[in-house]
Amino acid sequence: MKNVIGVINLGKPHSMLNDLTRNRSIASVPFGGRYRLIDFTLSNMANTGISKVAVFTLNKSRSLMDHLGSGKEWQLDRKIGGLFILPPAIDFPTQQYRGDLQNFHGHIDYFNRSKEEYVIVCRSHMVCNLNYKEALQFHMDSEADITLLYNSIDPDTIDLSNCYQLDIDSHRRVRGMSGDTQTGNVYMETFIINKSLLVEMIEHCVEQEQYDLTEDLIAQHIDKFSVHAFQHKGHLSIINCTASYYEQSMRLLNPDVWKELFFQPGLVYTKIKDEPPAKYIETADVHNSLIANGCIVQGNVENSILFRGVKVAKGAKIRNSIIMQECEIGEDAVVENMILDKEVCIKRGQSLVGNAAEPIVINKRSII
Amino acid sequence: MQRKEIIAMLLAGGEGRRLGALTKHLAKPAVPFGGKYRIIDFTLSNCSNSGIDTVGVLTQYQPLILNSYLGIGTSWDLDRANGGVTVLPPYVQQKGGNWYKGTANAITQNIYYIERYNPQYVLVISGDHIYKMDYDKMLQEHKKRGAEATIALIEVPWEEASRFGVMNVDERDRITQFEEKPKNPKTNLASMGIYIFNWDVLKSYLLRDEENPYSSNDFGKDIIPRMLQEERDLYAHRFQGYWKDVGTIESLWEANMDLLEAFPTLNLHDNEWRIYSVNPNQPPQYIAPHATVKQSLVNEGCMVFGHVEHSVLFYGVHVGEQAVVQDSIIMPNVRIGQNVKIYKSIVAEGTVIGDNCVIGVEGENAPITLIGEDSFIPANARIKN
Repeated sequence: MKNVIGVINLGKPHSMLNDLTRNRSIASVPFGGRYRLIDFTLSNMANTGISKVAVFTLNKSRSLMDHLGSGKEWQLDRKIGGLFILPPAIDFPTQQYRGDLQNFHGHIDYFNRSKEEYVIVCRSHMVCNLNYKEALQFHMDSEADITLLYNSIDPDTIDLSNCYQLDIDSHRRVRGMSGDTQTGNVYMETFIINKSLLVEMIEHCVEQEQYDLTEDLIAQHIDKFSVHAFQHKGHLSIINCTASYYEQSMRLLNPDVWKELFFQPGLVYTKIKDEPPAKYIETADVHNSLIANGCIVQGNVENSILFRGVKVAKGAKIRNSIIMQECEIGEDAVVENMILDKEVCIKRGQSLVGNAAEPIVINKRSII
Repeated sequence: MQRKEIIAMLLAGGEGRRLGALTKHLAKPAVPFGGKYRIIDFTLSNCSNSGIDTVGVLTQYQPLILNSYLGIGTSWDLDRANGGVTVLPPYVQQKGGNWYKGTANAITQNIYYIERYNPQYVLVISGDHIYKMDYDKMLQEHKKRGAEATIALIEVPWEEASRFGVMNVDERDRITQFEEKPKNPKTNLASMGIYIFNWDVLKSYLLRDEENPYSSNDFGKDIIPRMLQEERDLYAHRFQGYWKDVGTIESLWEANMDLLEAFPTLNLHDNEWRIYSVNPNQPPQYIAPHATVKQSLVNEGCMVFGHVEHSVLFYGVHVGEQAVVQDSIIMPNVRIGQNVKIYKSIVAEGTVIGDNCVIGVEGENAPITLIGEDSFIPANARIKN
């Protein structure tokens, strides 16, 4: 894929995850036992063969930058192209941040200096495993100006507030997009556009003081340009609040979802920690769970996800919970319906029981 | 080339004939170990963690997988602009070329490589052993004593001493005598095959040894005895900890099983001394509702529906429903069908085992059953050693 560059747009504030995004951007929220949300988008780009990707960041970027490094896990440590991490280019304190398009405008050179003809723009809270090749081919064949990627979801099964849904005609042209009409065609906030058009539209919008990528650059212009829709048929996890984070995490305990999200069509890459294989002691009792490397399990774990390096002592019981990296669960402790952020320590005999419908997040490095 | 104080020469040419089917397409150092590693990861990680950034890896037999595994050393943080990992296979020169005739000859043939770094010291190690060791401590000891060579020694049980090269030392740990596999050992201090030499001294011995047509060009058999004979300053570096030569099916199996103890002597969960390896990018393992896993090491990418007990599972292993895996080592991407029973076996990479098969024999003193890589075992088969 030599003719495409990628953009991962993190420039839109996204505060729905509250506790989990207290000290990190949504892109670096841990997910699936060893990943961060951005890994899925980056791996999709890597598996498509895209070798030039810009990450437009907003704030709280420490964990994100640490995670991305030189981009080598995604084969983005390239002589030509590679990974660009681009924070907002605004003048402090005179200028205010006004929206993600301002980021695009501030880094317009990223586009101008690229020879590639097409740009794929996406965000990081829609988790899926996909190869953009087919969508790109569709974009080229249909001679669309813009191609929006969507996934068909039964609106009754998942809360789709905060999602755009597309109104698509029989020629796969997008006739409208909004948050109200229930079409079930959920816009994945991923689109393909001809680079020259993107640059032109960024300039145009910013001149009009319009700074919202989806609203101003796309939704406003649906009638003006030929905007087509491409359907992604695989699994999609939409993470837009703590409840959906929990629910979508638990769906990974379905082996079919596990196989699809982690293997098809490509592998998912992440920063390597060189943890040893998970160790199960004689008293370990684990059922229906995802266990990452570096864990040492002596207790009982059911319907749960253990991230890398979690220690579960003898007699401890973990149920319906997500336990992030390096947490320690003491002897005979009980953890139920909980999300434990990284490095939480639950002392011996403590009991933390939450409600599955409204899982509680325990902040990073808490000791309980 | 910037001068290096010390560089490592890692002997990775072992054929591993006693590992049978496991080394059909693999050099011994590339044999999988511990659910995630290959044997050579331990010595490479030791180098990296000891601050040695220049490692020449001497390869010979079945180098393909080993070479592609090593790459440019990235996985061990040894991709360096000056130094790093260099794979050194035997090569042909204008006057012809030679297979590496022995461990010493392998170094002699690469004098040109060593001299590019003009090192003061050369560490010679072998890629066949499982252990964690700080070579820098050994180097500091070597320097402090003003030694010309230092050999790492480990105390082995007396009854096993005759399997090793054993050394006699004086009260200052100066080596006075060396015996290769003696019938009646006078000491139980065994050589671990880890040497630090002053390069100028080693070089002169290598060149002299090369001129001797009767020499087997081996460190243990020729170089060290000659140095002792000429009363050079050879010292012992005493090592305490886990060290194992995994040269046979039995020792490979035992070393894997050693890791399953609640507090193994070789601690892999040690953040201060990580063992690095090439990452296969697999998701966390999935343990199904009716599965049980006890006393085992399980790597990422595994799906366990059956019962795993006292076993080591490498990445991407699928254990079918009602299947039982006991006292076994299951290497990457093995698929185990439903209701299969596997006892005390080593199943090599990529093997597919059909439903209801019985592999191996139950029981503590049962022999180990070995299934070679990419085997296909049809349903209902019974296989034992």
